Amino acid sequence: MTNDQLHGASSGDAATSAPLVDVRDLSVRFVSRDMDVSVVNGVSFELREGEVLCLLGESGSGKSVTMRSLMRLLPHTAQLGGSVSIGGLDILGMPARQLSTIRGSLVSMIFQEPMTALDPVFTIGQQIVETVRCHEGCSRSDARRRALELLELVQIPSAARRLDAYPHELSGGLRQRAMIALALSCRPRVLLADEPTTALDATVQIQVLLLLRELQRELGMATIFVTHDLGVACEVADHVAVMYAGRFIETGAVGDVLNRPHHPYTVGLMRSTVHGGQRGTTLEPIPGAPPDLRSLSTGCAFAPRCGEARPPCLTAMPELVEAAPGQTARCIKYGAATTYAAAGTFQAAV
Amino acid sequence: MQTENTKTNDKTALRVMTRDVDTRDRGGPRQPMLIIRGLKKHFQVSGKSLGQPKIVVKAVDGVDLEVGKGETLGIVGESGCGKSTTARLLMHLIEPDSGEILLDGETVGSMRGVDVRELRRSVQMVFQDSYASLNPRLTIEDTVAFGPRIGGLSRTEAKSRARSMLRMVGLAPELFAQRYPHELSGGQRQRVNIARALAVGPRVLILDEAVSALDKSVEAQVLNLLQELKKTLGLTYVFISHDLNVVQYISDRVVVMYLGQVVEAGPVERIYETPRHPYTAALLSSRPSMDPTKRITAPPLTGDPPNPINPPSGCRFRTRCPLAEDICARVAPALTAVDDPAHLAACHARVSGSGHSHASAAA
Ligand SMILES: Nc1ncnc2c1ncn2[C@@H]1O[C@H](COP(=O)(O)OP(=O)(O)O)[C@@H](O)[C@H]1O
Ligand SMILES: Nc1ncnc2c1ncn2[C@@H]1O[C@H](COP(=O)(O)OP(=O)(O)O)[C@@H](O)[C@H]1O
Ligand code: SF4
Ligand SMILES: [Mg+2]
Ligand SMILES: [Mg+2]
Repeated sequence: MTNDQLHGASSGDAATSAPLVDVRDLSVRFVSRDMDVSVVNGVSFELREGEVLCLLGESGSGKSVTMRSLMRLLPHTAQLGGSVSIGGLDILGMPARQLSTIRGSLVSMIFQEPMTALDPVFTIGQQIVETVRCHEGCSRSDARRRALELLELVQIPSAARRLDAYPHELSGGLRQRAMIALALSCRPRVLLADEPTTALDATVQIQVLLLLRELQRELGMATIFVTHDLGVACEVADHVAVMYAGRFIETGAVGDVLNRPHHPYTVGLMRSTVHGGQRGTTLEPIPGAPPDLRSLSTGCAFAPRCGEARPPCLTAMPELVEAAPGQTARCIKYGAATTYAAAGTFQAAV
Repeated sequence: MQTENTKTNDKTALRVMTRDVDTRDRGGPRQPMLIIRGLKKHFQVSGKSLGQPKIVVKAVDGVDLEVGKGETLGIVGESGCGKSTTARLLMHLIEPDSGEILLDGETVGSMRGVDVRELRRSVQMVFQDSYASLNPRLTIEDTVAFGPRIGGLSRTEAKSRARSMLRMVGLAPELFAQRYPHELSGGQRQRVNIARALAVGPRVLILDEAVSALDKSVEAQVLNLLQELKKTLGLTYVFISHDLNVVQYISDRVVVMYLGQVVEAGPVERIYETPRHPYTAALLSSRPSMDPTKRITAPPLTGDPPNPINPPSGCRFRTRCPLAEDICARVAPALTAVDDPAHLAACHARVSGSGHSHASAAA
């Protein structure tokens, strides 16, 4: 149900074809001698070719871990549950050595910090050539030609000269573009972008955002874009999924969610995001802080901070249900039963 | 968080710091709290030993600015433009190469003026990294009590000052005083940093990206706190941030920096509504739209800011400026009043007689 709603608005053939990415009830739990914590707790979504989904949420809500699970880029302490299918392949069930054949070609990832992906001791050209040859087995000169094409594709000026540059010789914006070129070198069908513009300055951030939007459209990649910035989501997303404590708490088309947020957390997040129009007013922050994932209580994870919480909110985790056409929210206000309406408010504040 | 009663007690305890009874005021209300003239700081990053080429970063290169009493001055600009260096110079954490700083009309560092110790009592700073600036081995209470103790308060007095400061920033001392930094959230640690800065009774707070690392919901809490403290204690703020929306929200006046220099300064509404420097205009229109039906279609600028090691000749913005002409490469534009005496911009296109085709001919 969730999945249909999340993509109910997608148009044309895409809507009828099988989804490229199909994530069902994904969970991630980190377990070691001194730790046992569930950080992703049942995430489901579908994504078709050419669609952009933004995962939106504050730090620690599980955005990066969710993304990394799609490529199984997680430490051994991570226990994954549920299923992830990309291009029909069962990612979670696949033997570890098979993963290297899909990383880069089927699914590729870009990061906030380009040096996560770039090797400081090789030139940009060498790194792209190696990657291309490794995946496509072409000749060195063909691979070099492809590397040049890629640097041009990401609009690096004087591309031919930049092939021989080491990462540290490039400015922040160019390094980010070089990382994007490397990520695209094996023509991935799915691009995972984890806050790729967060560390960039305003005038550079918008350039890289527009570049990614253009590339995504041109190459028809399905894209999952992680951000904590509502403005960034507005610029790139078709759909958004707002995360809180390892769960989707609201999903829908970007315009719908931002213009008519339904979940009290989304509403609070938008209210507390500062904009110039609030000059001279007192801001309305969400009280408190995100919960400690090690000691989540039963019930809605947002209840301790929620101004609308009522006793039934504390008894069971609400389902993600339709809150408006094409929009879902994990809040009992929108549940089928009338539990919420019937319940009185708390005597004292929560 | 705090009852009305304790709040009032804190207010009484802090009377010395408030505007109404500020015995430290020397120059009167119209005397700017801070004046900076011709401030320069260059860092030599290579060439210290023989044979190496000499490379100099012109981090702050001739900055003039003023901060009025009780005002919040916002400083914006992209990373590397010299915001933090300016802040460190203001605190005398580093020595300027040239230029002067006046605190309430008196020169800092001169024989007759304000000495550095007095400056640090009057001007305090809060940094972005809430963790790095707290000693992990000290309890919150000891951290906050440290400044007052150095300042001559007895152990008990310093502790009680620390507790009232903690209460003031919304951290109940009964719950927080004995905790260590790692036992706090990012927002709580930043509150401790604010309490620590305020504990010595400063008149000016320099906030260098003080809310930038916080999540939005927590950032709003800390911004509210800062606004409240400013009112209660009659503080003056220098608020440094790369976040244009936050600066617009909190500032009375704004200074825009580019490659070590001020390119525009003025009242917040004028800067945001009618920016006169092409860089300010581009910076403002680089902000994401917040409306998916009105997405930005073309980036306002191309490329990254150039390196402050070898800044362009003339106007430093000319290599990215849509209005650049010959004159811009030859002559560095001076910060000049445009439209309104309080609104300054350093751009030939805005100064009549500059020789730029957008400017009117000389009178
Ligand atoms: N390797 C790990 N071991 C243990 N906990 C982890 C690990 N990686 C992430 N976490 C925890 O998982 C939660 C979600 O992290 P993350 O997905 O990185 O959040 P986000 O990207 O939304 O900021 C956080 O509480 C984080 O501390
Ligand atoms: N101690 C230092 N040594 C050498 N260069 C420095 C030093 N401090 C700052 N810089 C350089 O000075 C310039 C301005 O830095 P900074 O004031 O930190 O900028 P901002 O705070 O606006 O990002 C940058 O190019 C930076 O690399
Ligand atoms: S002085 Fe010239 S280059 Fe500089 S901002 Fe004005 S028009 Fe642009
Ligand atoms: Mg993350
Ligand atoms: Mg800085």
